[in-house]
Amino acid sequence: MSDLKVLNFMGHRRILAAASLVLLAISLGSLAVRGLNFGLDFTGGAQIEVGYEEPADVENIRSTLNGAGYRDVVVQYFGNNTDVLIRMQEDNNPRLGDEVLALLSEKRDDVELRRNEFVGPQVGEELRENGGIGMLVALGVVMVYIALRFQFKFAVGAVAALVHDVVIVLGFFSITQMAFDLTVLAAVLAVIGYSLNDTIVVADRIRENFRMVRRDETDYLINLSLTQTLGRTLITSLTTLLVLVALGIFGGELIFGFAMALSVGVLVGTYSSVYVSANVLMALDLTKQDLMPPEKSDDPEEEDIPAWLTDVDEDEDSKEKT
Amino acid sequence: MLNKYPLWKYAIILSVLVLGVLYSLPNLFPADPAVQIQGVEAGVQMNDTTVQRTERLLDDANIDHFGAEINGQSLLIRLNSNDDQLAAKAAIQRGLGGNYIVALNLAPTTPDWLLAIGAQPMSLGLDLSGGVHFLLEVDMERFLESRLSSYAANIRTTFRDENIRYRGVDVLDDGSIQVLLADEDFRGEADTWLRRNLPEFQRTDIESRGLPGLILTLTAERIAELEDYAVSQNQTTLNNRVNELGVAEPLVQRQGRNRIVVELPGVQDTAQAKNILGKAANLEFRLESRDGQGEVYPFKDSNRTAMLETEVIVTGDSVTDGRVSYDENGLPQVSVSLDGDGGSRMGQTTRRSIGVPMGVLFIEQKSILEGYEEVDGEAVPIYNSVEEREIISLATIRGAFSNSFVITGLDNAQEASDLALLLRAGALAAPMQFVEERTVGPSLGAENIRMGTQSVIIGFALVILFMLGFYKVFGIFAAVALSANLVLIIAVMSMMSATLTLPGIAGIVLTVGMAVDANVLIFSRIREEIADGRSPQAAIDGGYNRAFSTIFDANLTTLIVAVILFAIGTGPVKGFAITLSVGIVTSMFTAIMLTRALANLTFGGRVVKKLPI
Repeated sequence: MSDLKVLNFMGHRRILAAASLVLLAISLGSLAVRGLNFGLDFTGGAQIEVGYEEPADVENIRSTLNGAGYRDVVVQYFGNNTDVLIRMQEDNNPRLGDEVLALLSEKRDDVELRRNEFVGPQVGEELRENGGIGMLVALGVVMVYIALRFQFKFAVGAVAALVHDVVIVLGFFSITQMAFDLTVLAAVLAVIGYSLNDTIVVADRIRENFRMVRRDETDYLINLSLTQTLGRTLITSLTTLLVLVALGIFGGELIFGFAMALSVGVLVGTYSSVYVSANVLMALDLTKQDLMPPEKSDDPEEEDIPAWLTDVDEDEDSKEKT
Repeated sequence: MLNKYPLWKYAIILSVLVLGVLYSLPNLFPADPAVQIQGVEAGVQMNDTTVQRTERLLDDANIDHFGAEINGQSLLIRLNSNDDQLAAKAAIQRGLGGNYIVALNLAPTTPDWLLAIGAQPMSLGLDLSGGVHFLLEVDMERFLESRLSSYAANIRTTFRDENIRYRGVDVLDDGSIQVLLADEDFRGEADTWLRRNLPEFQRTDIESRGLPGLILTLTAERIAELEDYAVSQNQTTLNNRVNELGVAEPLVQRQGRNRIVVELPGVQDTAQAKNILGKAANLEFRLESRDGQGEVYPFKDSNRTAMLETEVIVTGDSVTDGRVSYDENGLPQVSVSLDGDGGSRMGQTTRRSIGVPMGVLFIEQKSILEGYEEVDGEAVPIYNSVEEREIISLATIRGAFSNSFVITGLDNAQEASDLALLLRAGALAAPMQFVEERTVGPSLGAENIRMGTQSVIIGFALVILFMLGFYKVFGIFAAVALSANLVLIIAVMSMMSATLTLPGIAGIVLTVGMAVDANVLIFSRIREEIADGRSPQAAIDGGYNRAFSTIFDANLTTLIVAVILFAIGTGPVKGFAITLSVGIVTSMFTAIMLTRALANLTFGGRVVKKLPI
């Protein structure tokens, strides 16, 4: 790997920025028009999962339930053709699960109740609110941390990348209308964590090169940093995708949405650490002055990096840092 | 540049790994299906006779059993299969009768030497074990409304007694009480009385309909206090009810300001559970019988009995509060408050009954498991609804009182707080409703465990294969680190007695994928250092040192996100946040320290021409 050929990432930055904007626009458009297909956790209502020994007949189940007078019944296969998920906007009826099961077992007796959930509407509303607040808090705290630890321009770049990733993952769920439940929300927040991981690794290298390499062109230094970290970025994304695919295929239906959200998030996150956060740094015109080591700089934000963390600048006399 | 760790570093790494293996071990021992037997009353002790009786019942029913043990108040008997479990539960319940609660349980098979060092398996969340989860909400608005109207009634009675002439005492829609008085003098008197006796109200002077008046608003602290009482009172009631259900490890926990979570592992019949949880308790205040005519009731906490008159002075509906206080000598007592009507009835009775003991009866609707009925070869439990009446306090009336009085003569603070809790539990409870309910069938739970484990193993294997192929010898280091990381996550989770949920398993899988990141960062750096022409030893050292701050920053920010996730999440999402956080911390240790130690052991201290990386 000696003498890396520096890839000209930033040469394509305008085209790819446009591509990102188009993707964002599509996602936001879909979110505005179709919205998310919120799962029971967020909408409230009742949901019953039943399992049959032989393949089930969804039509038949639907007509049975409609015939018994249940309103707004949604019946669908869940994962495979023997499991069926029934959703309805039923009020708090403690016997609902048993009633439905009794109705269904009149028709076919190989049916078994697997799961029965009821969520009150106000609980769902609160979860939606908390989820939104959580995402905003996460973004805010992260921005502050990066601004303190790196520099304000990096914080803008990182948060732009995070917003980009989150919006596109949400857009994906809006376009496919896959159910958006609590575990998917957890996955979206994990996407923030993952994408941040990527962005920071790149930012760390950019900072190092701006301080160490004796050339002044911003685009060269950013291209150099991206080239140096490219191998690592791809390998980590690949290993993470490997486990997510395993999770999606073998983890069962309950966790499929989670694996899907994270997979999309990892793909977009890998792309955004290169083309969104670095792009923003270009646009904000990052300079060497922004990243001068603390003792030579007047920038108070750079002050509180402990010496043991900045050992990249020092020589190899510092062993056993861990 | 020898790349050697001092001996103590190896020692630390080794001991962490040994501890990790030890504390994660209990999870490898599958739990035995078991039944747990407990007395309905707290006082019922398990002894050898109970053990023998139970064992005989199982022998008669031809059910294999082993390892009967007494754990404090309960008896645990292990069985061979889940089918035996149901049959055993039915047989034992039928044989022992209604004084015992028989519950299905899982008995850990952790060896004694592991238990001795405090190692325990992780507990499983409901999505893995199967069971019911309820979320109940206490209706604070209605509760405060009823409290305010009893305050208003109380004020009316007292003002009448004290000759403070008023024109109206009304609860307004905004949660305040409006008191209108006959003239300015009475307003002064009312104000003084309110200041002395009801300091929990803020008073504001007003004029309304040409009359002087006062607006009373509860202070924020008092409202918070009232809410606390309402929730803890409901929690006590729920705890009592849950015990009736015969669940091995129930959870009744407050969540947020006004909600209570109830988790019942293993329970499937939600309708029955809801019936029992929703029932109310009540109180009756009655005088002790003086003429030998009346009804005899037992005491709750002793074997004594007492005869009470049949006439009821007031019921729990009139009790607005019961709490522990201390008299001037520092002795514990319980202050009881009644609403207006209750107060005046209490006043009339106590005026003519000074010196007579008054008893407080605690009345509970209980569902007692009578036994089992065979329906189509399955044992269906039969519950019998019973009303249980017990005396929780019998104290002599020392003087006439009405709205508020104290019960003294209590032995200690514990007794006082128990009595206060029972009074509140039997008093007009704040209304509660179910706002969330989740039932997971046992087969789905088992399936979730199987699929979760499977995906961890497959994801893990894929990552290890990849690392071996890509980084050769250093790939082996990474693989060892990854395995150690998995062991450490499980060990830490077990030590924290954290609950493993399905999203928690997903968190472990994700950590496996992301934990290699640190190694990838280090190994890429080492390759770069070699490319820059450094010696292998210098390349190893430089690679680790220069990658560190990147790894630290990246992990810290992810940890921030995980902590936020934990703070806003409920149930399963919390499980995910916990495994993610634990995984981040352990992966820092394994990916940096452990692989460095391995690299030092392999390459350190000798001449290496070329690194296999």
